[in-house]
Amino acid sequence: MRPFTYERATSPAGAASAAARTQGARFIAGGTNLLDLMKLQIETPPHLIDVNGLGLDTIEATEEGGLRIGALVSNTDLAADARVRQDYGLLARALLAGASGQLRNKATTAGNLLQRTRCPYFYDTAQPCNKRQPGSGCAAIGGFTRQLGVIGTSEACLATHPSDMAVALRALDATVETVRPDGTARALPIADFHRLPGDTPHIETALEPGELITAVVLPKPLGGRHIYRKVRDRASYAFALVSVGAIIQSDGSGRVALGGVAHKPWRVEAAEGEMPRGAGAVAGALLAGARPTRENAFKITLVERTLAAVLNEARG
Amino acid sequence: MQRFPETGLSRRDLLAAGAVSVAAGTTGRSARAEGAPLAASANDAVAVEPTRMKVGFTVNGTVKELDVDTRTTLLDALREQLHLTGTKKGCDHGQCGACTVMVEGVRINSCLTLAVMHEGDAITTIEGLGRPGELHPMQAAFVKHDGYQCGYCTPGQICSSVAVLAEIEAGIPSHVTEDLTARPQLSAEELRERMSGNICRCGAYSNIIDAITDVSRSPA
Repeated sequence: MRPFTYERATSPAGAASAAARTQGARFIAGGTNLLDLMKLQIETPPHLIDVNGLGLDTIEATEEGGLRIGALVSNTDLAADARVRQDYGLLARALLAGASGQLRNKATTAGNLLQRTRCPYFYDTAQPCNKRQPGSGCAAIGGFTRQLGVIGTSEACLATHPSDMAVALRALDATVETVRPDGTARALPIADFHRLPGDTPHIETALEPGELITAVVLPKPLGGRHIYRKVRDRASYAFALVSVGAIIQSDGSGRVALGGVAHKPWRVEAAEGEMPRGAGAVAGALLAGARPTRENAFKITLVERTLAAVLNEARG
Repeated sequence: MQRFPETGLSRRDLLAAGAVSVAAGTTGRSARAEGAPLAASANDAVAVEPTRMKVGFTVNGTVKELDVDTRTTLLDALREQLHLTGTKKGCDHGQCGACTVMVEGVRINSCLTLAVMHEGDAITTIEGLGRPGELHPMQAAFVKHDGYQCGYCTPGQICSSVAVLAEIEAGIPSHVTEDLTARPQLSAEELRERMSGNICRCGAYSNIIDAITDVSRSPA
């Protein structure tokens, strides 16, 4: 790990302005992803701003009938919240499908959204990676790509976003609330929060330098059946090859988002109109324009089959 | 290795040269940059000297005041400075669970948290659960059920096991909990899922589940 200076922030706006003052500074909350990357010198921040004292760790009802989830609420506490279990089962299921008990106890809501890809070439510091070192190239192209993206990829990057939670938040149309270094607040729809790689895969979100996530807001409950189906190489404690998050209403309409296929949680609202025609039609519309490699073309079939299982479960 | 005919350099040589020029160009400290690994990322423009800080927390009921390099993980503070070597370093990346301790009663990977982030916290390690002749029931159950072979992962397994029973008692659901709105059941399936963050390369898993089940059934 490279040396760094450390401070404990005392207000969200103060944390944001501190981050803007030091180039390369990082916020640290749970630390479960950042410290892993710092040990490997993939992340080398010269300054850490500990945001754990900011008090953003409560879940409150909003006037609109939804929930405002503090940025620092742990993955465990969010999944265990009675309102989340009752009305946002998709979110609880997605959280519980991720990581291990120990990690969920530390990992935070904002940190989960901001976690970096697990592309093996991002982690292998002996290989070029445009995300780790912009302009160096992408070793994944022509490399081992079984776990990597099949849609929205670019000539610069094939990485996927690893979060399960973000897939649920995308299906729920959550909003990300932030504070910027000048103290102003803003709200970003989750659909616009994560970016596709394009030719700048190192820029992963719409956040500005120093901008701090303060909360994630859920709209009022949608009802319906909430299902999160994650397909992975082990029964537990593994990242998704493919995951399907769905909210299915009794009339057969619904929402679907995918994990494990793209640089962001993948949802195409227009594809949801295909729901009456079944999983094949929905999957076809969701993954139209996919460019899988020979090694990960199985994900196209796997999405369709997983979605079929989800729709079947919703009817059951 | 891929060669670039125009220069006679390998891709690795080119990347190393690129890393040096990026770092040198932004810091003006080429001596440091030449030693920089190929990993040098775009944001390591500012190099800082090692920084020390004071931090105080309670370990197994005893107040400890430490002076640490900011980079010190809680795991390294426990083992190297406080000489509590019961907590083990396995992978050092949060994948194996050997370093599991409880902070404020909650189990975490002590390798993925900084000591300076625990000012004022109460930390419980395997040494705080029980001692020879005065074993914690979970330690006794691991002995009774042979819940280990080499023993290296055992302190983390035991800390995790104690916390798992508390999590079920607190009603925290898991990936295998069928009804999210009901209390989670104390089943082998639940225990297996909840213990998935603790790897045992000797494969003592079934005996570990027997040990936890035994403790869960005994009167508190």
